[in-house]
Amino acid sequence: MTALRVDTEKCDGCELCKQACPFGAIEMKEGRPHFTDDCRLCPVCSEECPQKAISLPGEDSAAGAGSGDVMVAAELRGGGGEFAPVTLELLGEGLRLAEQAEGKVHVVVVGHEISCEPKRLLAYGVSTVQVYDHPQLQPFRPLPHTKALQDAVQRLRPDAVLMAASEKGRSLAPRLAVRLRTGLTADCTSLQMTSSGELKQTRPAFGGDIMATIATETRPQMATVRPGVMEPAQKRPKKQGAAVHTGEFCPDDRPTVRVSEVKSAPRGRTIADADVVVAAGRGVRQPEDLQLLQKLADVLGGMVGCSRPLVENGWLPNTRQVGLSGRTVRARLYIACGISGAIQHVAGMRQSDIIFAINRDEKAPIFDVADYAVVGDLYEVIPALLSTVQEGGSVDAV
Amino acid sequence: MVIDFVVCIKQVPQTGEVEVDPDTGNLLREGVQSQLNPYDLHALEAAFRLREEVGGTVTALSMGPSQAESAVREAFWMGADRGILLSDRRFAGADTLATAYTLACAINQIACDLVITGLQTTDGDTGQVGPGIAEFLQVPHVCYVDEIRSVAAEMIRVLVGLGEVQHTVEVPLPGVISVTRSANQPRLPSFRRKLATADWQVDVWDADNLRPVSDGEGPFFGLEGSATRVQRIFPPPSRPESETWRGDGQQLAERMMTKLKELRFL
Ligand SMILES: Cc1cc2nc3c(=O)[nH]c(=O)nc-3n(C[C@H](O)[C@H](O)[C@H](O)COP(=O)(O)OP(=O)(O)OC[C@H]3O[C@@H](n4cnc5c(N)ncnc54)[C@H](O)[C@@H]3O)c2cc1C
Ligand SMILES: Nc1ncnc2c1ncn2[C@@H]1O[C@H](COP(=O)(O)O)[C@@H](O)[C@H]1O
Repeated sequence: MTALRVDTEKCDGCELCKQACPFGAIEMKEGRPHFTDDCRLCPVCSEECPQKAISLPGEDSAAGAGSGDVMVAAELRGGGGEFAPVTLELLGEGLRLAEQAEGKVHVVVVGHEISCEPKRLLAYGVSTVQVYDHPQLQPFRPLPHTKALQDAVQRLRPDAVLMAASEKGRSLAPRLAVRLRTGLTADCTSLQMTSSGELKQTRPAFGGDIMATIATETRPQMATVRPGVMEPAQKRPKKQGAAVHTGEFCPDDRPTVRVSEVKSAPRGRTIADADVVVAAGRGVRQPEDLQLLQKLADVLGGMVGCSRPLVENGWLPNTRQVGLSGRTVRARLYIACGISGAIQHVAGMRQSDIIFAINRDEKAPIFDVADYAVVGDLYEVIPALLSTVQEGGSVDAV
Repeated sequence: MVIDFVVCIKQVPQTGEVEVDPDTGNLLREGVQSQLNPYDLHALEAAFRLREEVGGTVTALSMGPSQAESAVREAFWMGADRGILLSDRRFAGADTLATAYTLACAINQIACDLVITGLQTTDGDTGQVGPGIAEFLQVPHVCYVDEIRSVAAEMIRVLVGLGEVQHTVEVPLPGVISVTRSANQPRLPSFRRKLATADWQVDVWDADNLRPVSDGEGPFFGLEGSATRVQRIFPPPSRPESETWRGDGQQLAERMMTKLKELRFL
């Protein structure tokens, strides 16, 4: 990027740069200098600035690197009417990371006619909320959104960028990463930041039952996180100096897609929201037998989820798949039936409060994450459980 | 109107068969059967159906070791007109940035109006390669295509599932789409085509065959061209302090019942 850069945190709006500029190329917008096309990239303003807030291109190519600053891309729902819950989860994680590296957190909100009050996010302890509001930014389209986030990255120069591994995030993040020529780690299950701002990104890898910690050699270090994986941020007493910044979105004339119709998706209850999940694995021998688990789920007021092979067999829709490439659940009660406990499955359910696992194989890895390891045949245990419940059922029926 | 399609396909290990040596932590890849990434079957099918409608050619493009030629051949059996395998030691160890770059270089060198990828692979599982290709080629893209509605001159209309909303989207060509498994039911490889294509060649290209897709930059090939590095691999942590129950079905059911009541789920 060939422009002078202003560190909006350092700048106190004194306007000395504007007075100093030999080309009259500085305009003040919202108390901060902006450079017009007349700027010749000379160092006069930068030398004049008492706050050392203006840097020349190239001069600080490594700036940002090491700051420990984290940028979080918020996700909007309902045409800008609300934040998707994953937004607070990303914020929670971003704040935790920035604390490890003594950096700041910036949250970027992109859309149009955003009615969910982005400034509310300041209450969670972020340093700035960056709002890009433009008709081109609603409904969601990858290219304009990439442009807005690219602008934010280039202004804020964060060490790390966190995005949701939702449908939108997964459409957007890879494009942004390539535009910035930087690395992107998908579906991280745990993140840590060193004091020098290096992001350690952990996720299951190689298609095997193994975790990998991945580092990114370029900046910013980009990572996506599945909804439901991280702890949501909590409100805090307001930090000094927190501010809302309006980003300037300049549409470009590249060809892009046109959204001709927006409909709400047919919406059943999702397992991600279910309190109780009874999950079926390959230990279930035939699709008819899912009835058994459904009955158990009904008794407990829950839903049936499953491992991936059942979706591959077409026994249940992919919205029921729990795991890394399915949904993340945080159930109050999770009962894994005939599931071996592959890491990709466990990644999507380990955060449940109470986990029962029914498995014939005493060595099944699912028992490593279960609170109650029920070593037995699901075809014996579940029918017996159902009839025991029905006998004592009068208690519930009252 | 004709449309030239490029479908990106990857050979992956069959799911559930990659195991880790419990002592060394190394991956046991030996004897693991490979298959065509199941998502990519839907990408191929989407291209075949569009070709039936508008005419044009379908090129199957893959990057991988020389064994991956069999995946490209499988695409022939299903209906691809041409197959290209990008294979070179210099491509090894590519992350999604380098993979997208390498595929984009190849696509840039052949006639192509629409690139179709699978939503994700079953081994890498990132879904990042499709949008990455689009950015390197500087063309628009959409992911999560659940349905292909229609094609018209210079445009394809698709249904995109974005969680709580569905968008009907018009993608101008050239462009990139990645399709989900709801998009269609893939055809099976045909025995007749298997015979008919037995002597077809898969074009194998190495790094020297590729020109950089963007001037004055790169090449970003393989591990060298990747932005991410694996620092450490380790077995997953386990949850401490669990109770293990043994017994017959009836005993186990009663213990579960008691516990579920105690926890107030019943
Ligand atoms: C990149 C990638 C992403 C993946 N994403 C996911 C994901 O999101 N979700 C997911 O679930 N998987 C995912 N997988 C697949 C995962 O690795 C496993 O293959 C899968 O979870 C195994 O499913 P399972 O436990 O049902 O089957 P199996 O591993 O075959 O286990 C069946 C279990 O049932 C037990 N059993 C058999 N009969 C009975 C009986 N009568 N009573 C009691 N127990 C019985 C057996 O002892 C065994 O432990 C992914 C894989 C990869 C490579
Ligand atoms: N090595 C590769 N060769 C060809 N296509 C690939 C390769 N890797 C990924 N793809 C394509 O990109 C899609 C998404 O893959 P991934 O980003 O790895 O989940 C796949 O469904 C393929 O269509």
